[in-house]
Amino acid sequence: MDPSRKRRTRLIVALSAALLLAGALVYTSFSAATEAKEPSDVLASADAGKSYEVTGKVVNGSVKREGDDLRFAIRDREGTAQIPVAYSGTVPDPFREGREVVVTGKVENGTIAAERDSLVTKCPSKFTEEKKKS
Amino acid sequence: MPGIGSALLVVAFGAAIYCAIASVYGARTNRRQWVVSGRRAIYCVAGLVVASMVLLEIAYLRSDFQFALVAQNSSTDTPTFYKLTAVWSSQAGSLLLWVTLLALFSSAVLFATRHRHREIAPYAAAVLGGVAAFFLFLMLFYASPFDALSPVPVEGNGLNPLLRHPAMMIHPPMLYSGYVGFSIPFAFAIGALITRRTDASWIRSTRRFALIAWTFLGVGVLLGALWSYSELGWGGYWAWDAVENAALLPWLTGTAFIHSIQIQEKRGMLKVWNVSLIVATFLLALLGTFLVRSGILDSIHAFGASTLGKPFLAFIAIAAVGSIGLVVARLPYLRSDARLDSFLSREAFFLANNLVLVGLAFVVFWGTFFPLISEAVTGREQSVGPPWFDRYTVPLALVLVLLTGIGPALTWRRSSPSSLKRTFAIPLAAVVLGALVLIAFTPAEDSVLSLVMFVLAVFTLTVAGQELWRGAGARRVTSDDGFVLSFVNVVRRNRRRYGGYLVHVGIAILFVGVAASSAFVSKTDARLSPGQSTEVGGYKVTYERATAAVGDDASGTGAPIALGAVLNVERGGKEFTVRPQRNYFPSQDVAQDGAIGRFFEGEATSEVDVRWGPIRDFWLAVQPDIRALDKPIAEANRRFTDSSGDIQALVIAAIADVYRREAPPATFRTLVSPLVIWIWLGGGISVLGALLALWPGAGTSRARSIAAARVGRELSRA
Repeated sequence: MDPSRKRRTRLIVALSAALLLAGALVYTSFSAATEAKEPSDVLASADAGKSYEVTGKVVNGSVKREGDDLRFAIRDREGTAQIPVAYSGTVPDPFREGREVVVTGKVENGTIAAERDSLVTKCPSKFTEEKKKS
Repeated sequence: MPGIGSALLVVAFGAAIYCAIASVYGARTNRRQWVVSGRRAIYCVAGLVVASMVLLEIAYLRSDFQFALVAQNSSTDTPTFYKLTAVWSSQAGSLLLWVTLLALFSSAVLFATRHRHREIAPYAAAVLGGVAAFFLFLMLFYASPFDALSPVPVEGNGLNPLLRHPAMMIHPPMLYSGYVGFSIPFAFAIGALITRRTDASWIRSTRRFALIAWTFLGVGVLLGALWSYSELGWGGYWAWDAVENAALLPWLTGTAFIHSIQIQEKRGMLKVWNVSLIVATFLLALLGTFLVRSGILDSIHAFGASTLGKPFLAFIAIAAVGSIGLVVARLPYLRSDARLDSFLSREAFFLANNLVLVGLAFVVFWGTFFPLISEAVTGREQSVGPPWFDRYTVPLALVLVLLTGIGPALTWRRSSPSSLKRTFAIPLAAVVLGALVLIAFTPAEDSVLSLVMFVLAVFTLTVAGQELWRGAGARRVTSDDGFVLSFVNVVRRNRRRYGGYLVHVGIAILFVGVAASSAFVSKTDARLSPGQSTEVGGYKVTYERATAAVGDDASGTGAPIALGAVLNVERGGKEFTVRPQRNYFPSQDVAQDGAIGRFFEGEATSEVDVRWGPIRDFWLAVQPDIRALDKPIAEANRRFTDSSGDIQALVIAAIADVYRREAPPATFRTLVSPLVIWIWLGGGISVLGALLALWPGAGTSRARSIAAARVGRELSRA
């Protein structure tokens, strides 16, 4: 094979490998992704067995401990739709009633059965609210 | 006082603009005095922003709440170390830190190259001046560090408790030095493109800065991981969080860059690739700075929505379009001087390593920005989790460690089969031996991917050791050096080469730490009452008693209340005691939480007790359940709201003491993590390697003589 053709073949092989990898990347990211939702979205339509990432505010007075489980409810950022959450695992430091949290889990019988350790608390009030005011 | 700070920034802004204009004008019209004056303007900018930084630091030290920034994230009771470092916990303060570092780095490089690069340097100065001007513009019009407060409050908010950790306070300057450092080679690359001086001279002058930036950025990332492991109370060091990724991205492309520029230096190849890499690295560094503060992606770092979004994105877009356009326009000047001779050459393996690093960067980029991508494509915001990242990054990391082992041991151009045998016989034998030992004596085979990583690390370490051994042997033949001296001298005379090997050794060790600790960690969450025990990874952990400290926090974070636990840990007849605790910082919301309750309802941070060990760590965090205190707190809120501060303090101490006496069940997270300390020790070894490569010595004097020769040539031509 003459050198220029060889180089072209090499380039094509390399490019198709890169494209294949990129394709796999794109495909798996869409299929493995969890959707970000608010409580009202989940209440309106939730496929059984599909995992959702639900963002909401912890409803005041809803936090209870039941043995190793933590139970609380989250509501829409603006609005009243709320859904209970059953959670086990570590509770992040800034977790408090009234704060925005994200949990990942499936919806079972109108409750979010959260994956272990999936609770994330968005960074807290005191240091950001001041900033918004100013 | 804040007015002086603003004034300094205004003048600095003017000087930065002047620098950009004067440098370009001087270069275009060939008037050297304008170029010199443009360069000196950068020194001015540096002096002015350093002065404003000092002014702000003094305000923090004096708790001068005229400065809105000081009131926002410091207070009189914030410990002094955290007062000094609170500056960069805010958006405006971190912009000031960015521009301060940029001005210092720029001054250093422009001073060092003042007698060289007559064509390139003015444009590089203009780019650096332009970047500085942009950051000063942001501070003047969007997020001023010198806003004044009136009336002046008596007390400030204090520093965010989560940030009260030594690693966290050193992490931002390290990270920013990394980000900023990469703007130096970027600026020179742009200068080289504009002036069509696309040989390797711009690389030689800025290589050091690229390596310094790379080192700082790496240290910054590792410190962030250390903070996550020892402060956040979840036990991990990496979560593929958007902001972690944002710092990793320029590090990956920067790593690719410091490898591929060697090919341009030695063989005059990959010119387009190198300028593209440094452009990408710079843009990713800007993006990293922006992401931390923007709040556009969900992250633990999202400090609330920022106002910087639009100007920042506009600047990134302008920089991207401008540099890509320039690269395309200069394509004819970026042709390779040579071709790849053989796949069995160092340049071929460096190229492969580059592709893997860029592949990694692409994976991380895609995953990080996936929420935005999917929202644009499907209209729904979706995100990918750590398993998705692991699926791609783990195999790529394995290939990377393999290439790290092979690449530097090959010769440039072409390696002969006999030399291959000579180079890789012993390392391959070590691989086989290492695999057998690991399978026979450790549980490593339970995780195939980890086993592969361990074996590849053995390979890389053996190659590096063998190269050093052979280098020293050759030195003994050609000189009178004794055994020990031969090693010292061969390293001293080839600092870049052996520094590079040391970096690779450190990285291999780091990956061993990552593989071992992620595959073989034992983790338990247990809810225990005093007297109860749990088992984790061969350790028997017994909760002995609760502790409560008021106004006496042993960890130095300034928390008024610390609730904790004393646990007895036993393994194989050996016992030790751990004392994790949780610090409570008061909330400011008296109306909702009550005058006493607010001391318990504010921020709380974990003080993890970690017993570091070379083989494994024992890590324990406690989460006290303060719901048991609800009743006394409610009672105290009712009765002591209007009491004096002293009485309230006594009441708080009494409530905390209720916790100590009644000791309600608490949740304990225990981790037994093997080899995790080697992540940071490996990182440290890499830093030493980078320092070895950077240390001024034979290399610089050679560069100096080359420069002198070039000046001589130019003079004789003139």
